Amino acid sequence: MTEIPKEEFILKCTSACAGCPSTLILRYVLKAAGSDTVLVVPACCTSVIQGIYPNTAVNVPLYNVAFAAAAACASGMSEAFQKAGKKTNVIVYAGDGGTVDIGIQALSGAFERETDFLYICYDNEAYGNTGMQRSGSTPIGARTTTTPGGKVHAKKDLDAIVAAHNPSYLATACAAYPQDLFKKVQKALTLRGSKFIHVLAPCPPGWRFSSEMTVEMGKLAVRSGLWILYESEFGKVTINGPSKAAMIKPVPIEDYLSVQGRFKGIDRKAIDALKSQAEQRAKHLQKEAEGIC
Amino acid sequence: MLTIATGNKAVAAAVKEVRPDVIAAYPITPQTEIVEQIAEYVTSGELDSRYIPVESEHSAMAACIGASITGARTFTATSSHGLLYMHEMVNWAAGARLPIVMANVNRAIGPGWNVWAEHTDAFQERDTGWLQVYVSTVQEAYDTTLMAFRIAEHEDVILPVMVNLDGFLLSHSMQSLDTLNAGDFVPPLHLPHAIDVLNPAGYGTLTGPDEHFRFRWEIEKSMRRSRKVIAETERDFAERFGRSYGVAEEYRYEDADVVVIAMGTLGKEAEVAVDLLRNEGVNAGSLRIRWLRPFPDFDLSGREVVVIDRDYSFGFGGVIAQSLMARQRVDLYSVIAGLGGQEVTYDDIAGFVRDRRPGTELWFGVNGDV
Repeated sequence: MTEIPKEEFILKCTSACAGCPSTLILRYVLKAAGSDTVLVVPACCTSVIQGIYPNTAVNVPLYNVAFAAAAACASGMSEAFQKAGKKTNVIVYAGDGGTVDIGIQALSGAFERETDFLYICYDNEAYGNTGMQRSGSTPIGARTTTTPGGKVHAKKDLDAIVAAHNPSYLATACAAYPQDLFKKVQKALTLRGSKFIHVLAPCPPGWRFSSEMTVEMGKLAVRSGLWILYESEFGKVTINGPSKAAMIKPVPIEDYLSVQGRFKGIDRKAIDALKSQAEQRAKHLQKEAEGIC
Repeated sequence: MLTIATGNKAVAAAVKEVRPDVIAAYPITPQTEIVEQIAEYVTSGELDSRYIPVESEHSAMAACIGASITGARTFTATSSHGLLYMHEMVNWAAGARLPIVMANVNRAIGPGWNVWAEHTDAFQERDTGWLQVYVSTVQEAYDTTLMAFRIAEHEDVILPVMVNLDGFLLSHSMQSLDTLNAGDFVPPLHLPHAIDVLNPAGYGTLTGPDEHFRFRWEIEKSMRRSRKVIAETERDFAERFGRSYGVAEEYRYEDADVVVIAMGTLGKEAEVAVDLLRNEGVNAGSLRIRWLRPFPDFDLSGREVVVIDRDYSFGFGGVIAQSLMARQRVDLYSVIAGLGGQEVTYDDIAGFVRDRRPGTELWFGVNGDV
């Protein structure tokens, strides 16, 4: 077991919903990063979770910035710290909307410039802060307030987009696997250049499941193969243990879908599309891990 | 050192002199020469700045914001559509109290594409909390850029400053330029709220109505205090380097019965028109507004006034003319001229004065009959 520091950077005064995965994720991110860290947060749930001025529930400097601007803001910060001879970690902590939709131009620019920073996207697969509207990261078949009949388009393949920028480090993680997340953040911060971690964030009110089920929901996502835990260091792909096991013996994805209100009434076609996407993704990653492609 | 330069190169040379820590830049005509020249300085080692070649103007200002909040000196340059594209972050920079300096090369807004001078671009950022200054010569572009850093970073201001120069008419005009050894004219930047990992704080946290309102008032107070800082900076600049401009530059103004008011290169052109008119026996003078924000106060009572706006607020009027009328009782002749780079000569300006019809508005060359 990895030794996780006892020091807390998320104080006990957040305004997060019960069972919030975003807060859980950020807690471990900051334990891994330590106090010499600055967070850059675009509009997302964390804009609210951190508390209301003049209070803050986050015990590292946290810079809130406009929705589309996180990666660019972090670029400036990273360069300024380097100019001043400081080694402060610059970490963007952004939701899926601020990453795959409105923030993707700035993200792409920052990664193309090999900005020395870590970008973490916590993905609850919708615009949670504004009350669960669809994002580019919402999976097919999921009901949101702007897809009341279920989303008809597939989830955007953010990892492939980021991978196309050849980052120093790219990994997925999940709120249900804090040890794995902790290690990945630690590893990312030892590397120079642009690092990216995409963390699945099962959201009780958004996905419509009971708030004590957050961890269970994350585990189901991984065990069903819909969310694959892997990492890629300078392009070398490793599939992590829980997902290796899931590739050998997955739980049916229906077990994952049926416990979430957002998938209520999902049709066979959408389920098949989800299955097919998961299988293709697994095959592709297995080939990459074996060095075939 | 005496040399010859364009307005763009003068701005770049002034930036080199104050040595920003971080420069984030994106090209756009007619500003591009500024960021190209700065890239040359950085590549050759003449300027030890971090140069971030961002992918958009929105990101240019976002990168300046990220750098500035660490306490770094920052600069960017843009124009027209670039300025409009960064609009959200222009607001953010002022609201976050960051002393970023930006050169904006004034250019018309499309459609259709038009790359020539007009002030409408910067006017769309008029109410954001940025100080705005408009220059008229290459030397003034240089001097004002130097002063802009000192004013922005002054502890009584801590607000961003936009230095405006007319596209092509000034950005690409070659004039003589005396570059300076600025010495300690621009002291090191100390941002009071710079990020400090040993004293962590939340920045831009969710803010309720009372606090939000108070923060707006703080910006207004700083804007008011900036008048004194501008005056002090001008005075010190004049003492050290022998040149001064004022918040508005007067020309044969003292005894003038009729005053031409304009900004940028048109304001300089108006001085030639004043000479022509004086030779004809018309007691004319001119006032070239330099600082649009904070807006200057001057007494126009007892004089006839002709205002030339290289801008327009649709359904309202020329912005300078209307602003002046809002501040004081003056029956002025409002001339809209030079939009999209329309040529306006000193003869034309003299004509506006000769044919003035107080209380009316002329769209030069368009509605001359109205």
